[in-house]
Amino acid sequence: MLQKLYDWVDERVDITPLWRDIADHEVPEHVNPAHHFSAFVYCFGGLTFFVTVIQILSGMFLTMYYVPDIENAWRSVYYLQTEVAHGQIVRGMHHWGASVVIVMLFLHTLRVFFQGAYKKPRELNWMVGVLLFFIMLGLGLTGYLLPWDNKAYFATQVTLEIAEKVPFIGEATKTLLAGDPNIVGAQTLTRFFAIHVFFLPAALFALMAVHFILIRKQGISGPL
Amino acid sequence: MSEKRQQVSRRQFLNYTLTGVGGFMAAGMLAPMVRFAIDPALQASTAGEFKAVEEVDNITEEPTRIDWEIEQVDAWYESTVTKTAWVYKDENGDIVALSPICKHLGCMVTWAGSDEYPDQFYCPCHDGRYYKDGENVPNTPPAEGLDFYEYKIEDGTLLLGPTKPRGEA
Repeated sequence: MLQKLYDWVDERVDITPLWRDIADHEVPEHVNPAHHFSAFVYCFGGLTFFVTVIQILSGMFLTMYYVPDIENAWRSVYYLQTEVAHGQIVRGMHHWGASVVIVMLFLHTLRVFFQGAYKKPRELNWMVGVLLFFIMLGLGLTGYLLPWDNKAYFATQVTLEIAEKVPFIGEATKTLLAGDPNIVGAQTLTRFFAIHVFFLPAALFALMAVHFILIRKQGISGPL
Repeated sequence: MSEKRQQVSRRQFLNYTLTGVGGFMAAGMLAPMVRFAIDPALQASTAGEFKAVEEVDNITEEPTRIDWEIEQVDAWYESTVTKTAWVYKDENGDIVALSPICKHLGCMVTWAGSDEYPDQFYCPCHDGRYYKDGENVPNTPPAEGLDFYEYKIEDGTLLLGPTKPRGEA
């Protein structure tokens, strides 16, 4: 049945080369933990991607209940966590996943760094990776404010004051982030929500695409 | 190799195992999210309360508009909502409480809302009309009669509850 459906589509639009190009490629021996157990260090990039997928999915579901408004943000989070079935699990996935993704990202970076896998011709991919790291930190930072509880509020207060300390452009940066020169409030929350849910994910997807295309184009770096 | 025994090749075995484990992991991940998303459809309905609206003695044979307020809990938002009914006593002295929601497209009907039809309910949106008993006038847009409110009488006071369509009355 499934085979027939696949054949029907394949006969018309020839999709086999498409997925073969993505999925069907040799894993070199030095990257395969079945040959050398120490090769598990190559898993961290994939694990980062896996956790990112969990973050995207759980985030999409959370927005079904969450409201980015100072009157209702905390109440909607409280509602989805206490009244909605499995709300604790879905929010928990997003909450813990946010930390796990940073850890995985860091381990991946350490592996690439200590193996020297960033060297020519892969410098460009290293730079894209660093940008991805900053975007992940940005996602963590903006997401932290969204529950609009005391921890979120004061953490953002601190962040904004750090931003304010930047020479020359500090105050303008703070105002742009917070939406107001003095208040951390309604406009801060909507801005952080927009950045967290639209702007940073868009940049994340674009850079992830570049990251993956480059690794397929250049191949994985050789054994040590 | 014997023909009778179905051999599973190494490739097939790995394929099945990986698909199984992957499917299990994907399901474990998606199950809470799907249950989370469909929760509103599985919540118990809270629209079953009766509320005192009027003394029965004050109700005449002329349909009268009665407004009353209920406390509505909409997830994290609680508010007071006004509900409306057209209430009268029929020739037997029984209470009739009709929903004002037009069965065509949901506008509000009014008793004697049109000067041309002083003894009918009238919907201003598409000239839908209903007789006094709430049945729809043929050849006007509504395809069925107005919903009834469920009612109770306690100590001479009329209590109105949820509405129900005619078919179930």
